[in-house]
Amino acid sequence: MKKGIEVSIAASIAAKLARVEAIAAYPITPQTHIVEHLAEIVANGELDAVYINVESEHSAMSACCGSSATGARTFTSTSAQGLELMHEILFIASGMRFPIVMATVNRALSSPLSIWGDHSDVMAARDTGWIMLFCENGQEVVDMIIMAFRIAEDRGVLLPVMVNLDGFSLSHVIEPIELPSQMMVDKFLPPYSPLYTLHPNKPVTMGAYAMPELYTEAKYAQEMAIINSKEIIKNVMDEFGKQFGRQYKPVETYNTENADFVFVALGSIGENIKTAIDELKGEGKNAGLVQLRLFRPFPSEELFSVLKDKKRVAVIERVMPAGAPNGPLFQEISSVMCTNSLLMHMENYIVGLGGRDVLPESFIDIFNGTACEKSTVPIRDKNFKVIGVRG
Amino acid sequence: MRQKGIEIYTDNPEEEFAVSGHRACQGCAEILAVRLALKIFGKNTILVMATGCMEIISTPLPTTTWTLPWIHVAFENAAAVASGIEGALKILMEKNKIPREDIRVVAIAGDGGTSDIGLQALSGALERGHKFTYICLDNEAYMNTGIQRSSATPYGASTTTSPPGKKSIGQATWKKDMPKIAVAHNIPYVATACPSYPFDLFSKVKKARMADGPSYLHILSVCPTGWRIPTDLAIEYGKLAVRTGVFPLYEVENGQYKITHSPEPLKPIKEYIKGQGRFRHLNDDQIAKIQGRVTKEWDNLKSRCELK
Ligand SMILES: Cc1ncc(C[n+]2csc(CCOP(=O)(O)OP(=O)(O)O)c2C)c(N)n1
Ligand code: SF4
Repeated sequence: MKKGIEVSIAASIAAKLARVEAIAAYPITPQTHIVEHLAEIVANGELDAVYINVESEHSAMSACCGSSATGARTFTSTSAQGLELMHEILFIASGMRFPIVMATVNRALSSPLSIWGDHSDVMAARDTGWIMLFCENGQEVVDMIIMAFRIAEDRGVLLPVMVNLDGFSLSHVIEPIELPSQMMVDKFLPPYSPLYTLHPNKPVTMGAYAMPELYTEAKYAQEMAIINSKEIIKNVMDEFGKQFGRQYKPVETYNTENADFVFVALGSIGENIKTAIDELKGEGKNAGLVQLRLFRPFPSEELFSVLKDKKRVAVIERVMPAGAPNGPLFQEISSVMCTNSLLMHMENYIVGLGGRDVLPESFIDIFNGTACEKSTVPIRDKNFKVIGVRG
Repeated sequence: MRQKGIEIYTDNPEEEFAVSGHRACQGCAEILAVRLALKIFGKNTILVMATGCMEIISTPLPTTTWTLPWIHVAFENAAAVASGIEGALKILMEKNKIPREDIRVVAIAGDGGTSDIGLQALSGALERGHKFTYICLDNEAYMNTGIQRSSATPYGASTTTSPPGKKSIGQATWKKDMPKIAVAHNIPYVATACPSYPFDLFSKVKKARMADGPSYLHILSVCPTGWRIPTDLAIEYGKLAVRTGVFPLYEVENGQYKITHSPEPLKPIKEYIKGQGRFRHLNDDQIAKIQGRVTKEWDNLKSRCELK
């Protein structure tokens, strides 16, 4: 049965349903409701977990490494500056193969200070070796957090997983969400049984250093693990679909079959794009949407098979590319296309920075080719358009 | 037991947890300090180590010096990683996922990993009251990266980032008082120690292990490489540091200060400073200034001990 609930609260309930055993977290807007509610859940004895009130995000991720290494199912959550303060340890968590799950409530980065949503934080952390999932709505947040533990702890994966949800436009809205029963989650997600743990009964050395003869091999093995995780992620999504009746795919499509024009996007903005697509349909125009549920490992094959026969592709991103020719998502998609020797008409639009509203009209303008651009950057150095910049 | 000036320690544990084959420099007192301390912590110990000399000399993949469970995550976060381990042990024992045992978590970092970059994580962990022991191995500089100054480098010392010159005496500020900072967290046990005084060190490690809450050990660990002294003099210089009052041996149990080895009358610090390449450039006036400071600090410490 669906119940009206704030998405952040639902996220903390999902962590509880996953029976997390260790939480180390530091508050930052707009992630606060998640960690506050989890603290209440633990304080009320509704969940047997240790809750470590660390003094910073750097220590949050460090403590998560410690608890995960000891064999406890570990959860944390952060946003923006917090994610960047963790940055150094994000690489270590994935390199040491700790199956930590983190809800990243996406928010703009300083400066200027902005507490509102965009993808600057996660895009700055996209190559840290974490599996990355993106959610469109509250139901997905709950489902992805539960799936994230199954994925992370799979013996064929053993990597940390980040569940991304947009700050405010997702984290703070009240939505009808179906919360699965504990029994169903227990059936889907067995208790964590770690491969190695820190314990005097069987001493192991974790986090040794590698000389040049071994570093490449270690990194290659890690890369194979994240690449190979894609099949396991798909299986977990299928199994989740069978058990809970909600089917997910690494790449989701909306009205793409009949459309020559498709948008590609990440996160909650997909809902606005769908509204625009429905309006266009009313005018007899066909546009489609490709949503990436999975961003790391990058679902190149799945994306290519959807995009290969499209005439126009508009990549929508919520991050300023900072001197790059295009946004990060555009660069990745165009590299998939180039690798497959397919060049097509691709456009790159930057929208919704620092919580700026993006209305369905903008996407209709993009479709019609009338989306405005104001910028002084010479066109030959820059291929993206920023939507809605005032002079 | 005392015999003609020789101390015999009858229950010296024979088991080694830092075994041979590591690559510490000849005469390194840091590895000696760790080895001695681990003997007392014993088998039921999980070790967290910060980046630094001890990590680098002990774990080139695929080898290890440690026969205890050991983890290294980064430079500045040993105390935070230890917090996670201690918390996880607690909950896993509560849930009967692992047997209930008395396992002590020990975090070890150098003076840089403690008094500079790791200070925040350490303060957080002490304040939260995790039941663990933190050991600072103080060799008075960042030795692992090539003898750069830290906030624990003594006044006047030459390091690669505090070189003496026409306009510089070398390290221009006084050593940060880390044990005092630890004491300010109101934790059950804080002590200074030095491997030149192994029995004093043993008894302090025992107390640190038994403490019901966080404990902090600050161990002066002479580094022949960084101090520019012959490799056979690490023990001797440790003794001189204590006998001159430069590094007093004391402990603070529940806020109560106690000097554990009184070197009075103090030897002049000149005996300690001479022969160390890092102080070679100091003139008599500068040495006199340091002497004044050392005497004052020693008197301060004594007065803290008398306050009952
Ligand atoms: C964030 C970060 N900054 C700098 C370094 C480089 N680094 C590694 S060890 C070290 C110095 C260690 O000094 P200390 O803690 O005093 O230990 P020692 O090696 O002297 O025993 C430095 C600066 C690092 N590993 N991480
Ligand atoms: S540089 Fe100093 S502290 Fe480091 S291993 Fe050598 S002697 Fe020991």
